[in-house]
Amino acid sequence: MENLKLDGSAKTPTVNFDGSNGVLELKGRSIPENSIEFYKPLNDWIDKYATDPKPQTIVDVKLEYFNTSSSKCILDLFKQLEKLNSGNTEVKVNWYFEEDDEDMEEAGEDYQAIIDLPFNMIEVEEI
Amino acid sequence: MEQVYDLYKKLEEKNVLLSFKGMVTSELLTTILAIMESKMEHLDENPKVKKKVFNILVECLQNLYHHIDQDDIVHVRNEERSALLMIAKGPINYEITTGNYMKSEDVQDLESKINLVNGMDKDELKAYYKQVLSEGKMSAKGTAGLGMIDIARKSGQPLEYEFNPVNDRTTFFSLGVKIAE
Repeated sequence: MENLKLDGSAKTPTVNFDGSNGVLELKGRSIPENSIEFYKPLNDWIDKYATDPKPQTIVDVKLEYFNTSSSKCILDLFKQLEKLNSGNTEVKVNWYFEEDDEDMEEAGEDYQAIIDLPFNMIEVEEI
Repeated sequence: MEQVYDLYKKLEEKNVLLSFKGMVTSELLTTILAIMESKMEHLDENPKVKKKVFNILVECLQNLYHHIDQDDIVHVRNEERSALLMIAKGPINYEITTGNYMKSEDVQDLESKINLVNGMDKDELKAYYKQVLSEGKMSAKGTAGLGMIDIARKSGQPLEYEFNPVNDRTTFFSLGVKIAE
């Protein structure tokens, strides 16, 4: 299947969903006024990937900022992956946050509490 | 012309870094965020504070943007589509102030929403945020009903507000958010 690659902008993250190795990366800032429009192609790609996934799927979330509009879309993305996890791939989430960024660390913990997927919290110096 | 100097002095007294009054568009939000980022960079602001101010500013601006982006916009007079934004850096706090017109019939809902989050401590806000996030539905314009909760949670201080009735139909809503350094 084709990979999904989107360049980041002032309000949207860089997307690198690679179907050949099962690594899905979201990086940068996600602060569009209306996130539904932006996240729709990502949901569609995961739907397609779900038909023939790799044995292991790694989700790398490396966000510097995200707004509340995106928070709901990110939750829906995780819910989609949660369903995928009960099928024929093992899904793991790596949640990156910058040192001292308690808000981003807490946001990862919030998702971890809602979503039934293994979360790996990774503190880095800079995203 | 002396009002110009008066206005300037008032803004100076309040340590205003940036102020804007007018129509709120998506492009304007991008520009204001870029200006504030470079200002805070220039002030050599602590990364933690910078992130909090940026995050809260995004939510405040998008509240203004979505409020104005209404279906019934055609019935609204031009000046009612415009909003006010001020960002000040005082000795102990950053302060973001916004002002916008809203429908008087929505005042009660908004006031009880603000009072609800103002009455919550850190843990209660975290639990409430998670509850609304996981149960809440998204509106067509992409709002999740999480803005005020997120602002209160990140600022860690009660939200200040005022409603000034303009006429039967319209009310001016002012919101003040303090972010401790």
